[in-house]
Amino acid sequence: MKLHLVKILITLSLFLSFQILSEDWTQFRGPIGNGVSADRNLPTKLSEKNLKWSIALPGRGLSGALVLGDKIILTCSSGPTQTRLHIIALDAKDGRTVWHRQFWATGRTMCHSKTSVAAPTPCSDGKNIYAVFSSNDVICLDLDGNLHWLRGLTADYANVSNSLGMSSSPLVTANTLVVQVENDSESYALGLDKHTGINRWRLDRPKAANWTSPILLRKGLIGLQSKNGIDAIHTKDGSKAWEYNEGASTIPSSTVLNGVIYVPSHGITALELNNADASNTPTQLWQSTRLQLGTASPIVIGKNIFIANRAGVLTAGETKTGERSWQLRLKGPFSATPISAGKYLYFINEAGLLQVVDTEAEEGEIVGKLNLNDQILGSPAVGKGAIYIRSNTKVYKISK
Amino acid sequence: MKSLAVGLLTFKFFLTVQAASISDSIKTIRAVGPEGRGNVAATKAWKTLSQAKVNALPQILQSMKGASPLAANWLRASVDTIASRSNDLPFSELINFIKDHQQDPLARRLAFELIQNANPNQAKKIIPGLINDPSVELRREAVAQIIEEGNVKKDAKEIDAAIKSYRKALDAARDIDQIQTTTTALSQLNETVDLPSHFGFLMHWHVIGPFDNTKRSGFKKVFPPEKVIDFNAVYEGKNGKVQWSKFVTADQYGMVNINKAYPGPGDGLKEVTAYAYTEYEASKGREAELRLGCKNAWKIWHNGNLVFGRDEYHRGMRIDQYKLKLKLAKGRNTLLIKLCQNEQTQPWTKEWQFQLRMCDSTGTAIHAADRPATPSNGTDNSKSNEQPNRRPRN
Repeated sequence: MKLHLVKILITLSLFLSFQILSEDWTQFRGPIGNGVSADRNLPTKLSEKNLKWSIALPGRGLSGALVLGDKIILTCSSGPTQTRLHIIALDAKDGRTVWHRQFWATGRTMCHSKTSVAAPTPCSDGKNIYAVFSSNDVICLDLDGNLHWLRGLTADYANVSNSLGMSSSPLVTANTLVVQVENDSESYALGLDKHTGINRWRLDRPKAANWTSPILLRKGLIGLQSKNGIDAIHTKDGSKAWEYNEGASTIPSSTVLNGVIYVPSHGITALELNNADASNTPTQLWQSTRLQLGTASPIVIGKNIFIANRAGVLTAGETKTGERSWQLRLKGPFSATPISAGKYLYFINEAGLLQVVDTEAEEGEIVGKLNLNDQILGSPAVGKGAIYIRSNTKVYKISK
Repeated sequence: MKSLAVGLLTFKFFLTVQAASISDSIKTIRAVGPEGRGNVAATKAWKTLSQAKVNALPQILQSMKGASPLAANWLRASVDTIASRSNDLPFSELINFIKDHQQDPLARRLAFELIQNANPNQAKKIIPGLINDPSVELRREAVAQIIEEGNVKKDAKEIDAAIKSYRKALDAARDIDQIQTTTTALSQLNETVDLPSHFGFLMHWHVIGPFDNTKRSGFKKVFPPEKVIDFNAVYEGKNGKVQWSKFVTADQYGMVNINKAYPGPGDGLKEVTAYAYTEYEASKGREAELRLGCKNAWKIWHNGNLVFGRDEYHRGMRIDQYKLKLKLAKGRNTLLIKLCQNEQTQPWTKEWQFQLRMCDSTGTAIHAADRPATPSNGTDNSKSNEQPNRRPRN
């Protein structure tokens, strides 16, 4: 009987995990933070018919959407100096507003005209939503929009800000919400108790502007990227497991897949996590200066890593060696990190042109295009056969 | 009859309990502090508060007065949640709340938006009366209406009337974009606008430098001007002896360009520190805000006390980038600003400058009692050299 119960629990747990993995888009670059969607029902040959709806938003933003069940979660900022913060939930079916909560920014809202106070993509553990803004306001709501807690990190640490704007997206893992608020002045990474918002730990970080986002390496272990490299941090207490200190980009973030971290460092550097214990220093597999990134983060599908440079050239490199496989000219430039589903990559450029690339075609092939004619800077989200893309004014749903 | 009495008593008891739980919840929420202090209790209190009936909204809005910005956000979230459950808002109480200038400005704005969302026509009727409201947040729509009136009159070639509207809008405007819109409109009609006076920019300074800032070391280093202001002193600077000199800016947005005081070769001096000093005669002691725009590392002292500092270089600059609260003393107040330039050589790193204004919390300029007329010519040592003279006043 006991064994039977355990089996049921395991099955249920696997089912729930699968549900989150396959259907929900819970953070920047999706459920496991690498831009890969398990969805196999996305459109590839695009036309206007695939644009199911577009809805006006109450403010600006380049944060990506979350897809949580039937809800699309978005953040925005509005007002002459973007001091009004918005978190909204839309019905995925028709874009109708399910709930809309607003807050006043408690930190500085200055940022470069291209970005916005609503730059970081929120994250969710399936029960709650954790939204972070460039003003360093951190807000936890449940899926019905009820407030659980909030923090104003600039109120706590007066020099935590970046006059160009902050954009690091938070990461929730186990009981910890990881927030990187790194800048030239007072620079930290914080592990907040996800139930209360209270600090579990706070780390001094390199004093340098940094727009990258934390990544999950293994359960209980995260990677914090900075101009110095990558620090692996235990989420339970903020202690450092290991560091890679050969420098890294401060804009595109690293990607993890199958125990290998692909770091935007000297082009791309591949680090293999220690199989026996990920808290041990990883092994460097290769480094390729020929894989030079622009703003968008790298993405891995199967045996290839894909990067887009500033000119809009897509390069496929072998994940085993870093050797360049092929290149394909797309129409850039890109700020948004691409997503993948199956063998397809979805790139959207800053002018709103969505381009679908078949990565298994020889030398890659663009198989679909759809022009939204809108400035798009945020990474798309995926859920239940649909792609959600937001601009400064609208959110679009694209599906079959 | 008996059952009616029992019912009424029960209802009264229910109302009393509800009022008490609302008050207790508000008290708990207002106690939230730094680093999440009080969050656990506030989470429970918020749950209770957010269940309150819609007639509790005025009480919650009132409780925002004097609340910390964090507590105000907790309270605001409860207002949003309660209001989203009902279409039956207490309009007359909300309108009275908006009219009460003693209430929190953001809370009054929130009350206005509740009305605007539920009944846009009713909100429209309120807008014209907000043109001189002490809450900047409530003025915006009213100013926009007056600007639009000016545009209509301008299009109809009623130039005098248009100018009158734009002037009215400018007097009321506190948001930078609206000030710029009205100034541009007036300029196009050949009207002059004294922007430095409107904003309260400090235009008259004494400057000294350059001191060293090699490897950004100057930000922390204490140079002599941080110890004493002595206009007759001569100090060892980075490139030789340095002493105070007068500096006046005539820039419409009060820009104090240190490169004009110390023009270096090419794109200007690098890895240097300078100080600017001024005095401000306050007609009375009062709360005020210093509002700074600066893309160099900086520190500010008021009456010898450090107000704030920030060691960030060339990430951007705008008017009112930093809002620093201070208490003006009646009579003479001193202001000293330290400005560090770093080693970067990119084109966008040439600037070594700041703009500083004195205003109240709404952004309304507070002029010094002896503020001189806005200067028409500023200092530019790349063209001429000026000698130090009397202490500068703003």
